[in-house]
Amino acid sequence: MMSEQHAHTTESQADGETIINPVRAIVAGHGAFATGVISAVEQITGRGHVFLPISNTGLCLDDIQQTLAHALDETGARVIFTDLPAGSCTMAVRRLVRSRPGVVLVTGINLSLLLDFSMQDDTDPVAAASGALERGRASMVLHGG
Amino acid sequence: MPIALYRIDDRLIHGQVVVGWGQPLNLRFIVLVDDEVAESEWEQELYRMGVPPDMSVYFHDVPSAAAALPDYQQDPRPGVVLAGDIGTMARLVDAAGGSIRAVNVGGVHHSPGRTPRLRYVFLTGAEEQALRAIAARGVDVTAQDVPGARPVGLDELLATTLDV
Repeated sequence: MMSEQHAHTTESQADGETIINPVRAIVAGHGAFATGVISAVEQITGRGHVFLPISNTGLCLDDIQQTLAHALDETGARVIFTDLPAGSCTMAVRRLVRSRPGVVLVTGINLSLLLDFSMQDDTDPVAAASGALERGRASMVLHGG
Repeated sequence: MPIALYRIDDRLIHGQVVVGWGQPLNLRFIVLVDDEVAESEWEQELYRMGVPPDMSVYFHDVPSAAAALPDYQQDPRPGVVLAGDIGTMARLVDAAGGSIRAVNVGGVHHSPGRTPRLRYVFLTGAEEQALRAIAARGVDVTAQDVPGARPVGLDELLATTLDV
């Protein structure tokens, strides 16, 4: 489900004041994946507010697609991150991207990728996603064995 | 090798199918039975992109799926037959001449007019009748979203009403 905060923006607190932040990307996935990974971004950088979380829990494919389309319309975001290449959110976004030039999908994401993206406020979101993709890939390393 | 799973799932190809069932069953092919997808090259490409390179996907409408089913059932690779709705699976069971012995209800999600039975199964009266008709042909109908979950038999499924 889409989060209950105002759909165009997210809110954060600084010095006791509420700050309205534009959503720069949507994170969609299974169960609590999106809220979980965004909470990790928030814990590490305090910048979880640049993301809007969406879960596929309890939704059929058509409802997932409608929820994502609504989120894109409401936020104006042009970047969607999903968790799994074969996941239902990914399949729904692929359909949406077909009719929405300029919207990009990055699938198979991890925390390093989102952290990198979240720190690039001054970069166009699509370009930021492309750069963050490399950071996310590079972060996966096998140690020991 | 017999088909490992005949599954009704309104998300069609997605994580539970490709990973949740795909890895423990070592699935190597998916037969996706859907009249609309069978007519759309673009939709087929979309679903092909969702599976690993070592997994094949074959697309059929119900009549062609029924005709091809004996070949799939003799394929040495483990495979799954996937339908997006109960009506499609019911038609396939009817056309398959008794060769489908078990049907898995894996995901029929909420929509208006459906009663919640499990957190992943919501059914209209017509869909319940269709499931009973499948079972009346000697098919073992159970609900089970992932391999580690307990299979829920049809009588128990239809006797359950979930508070949502």
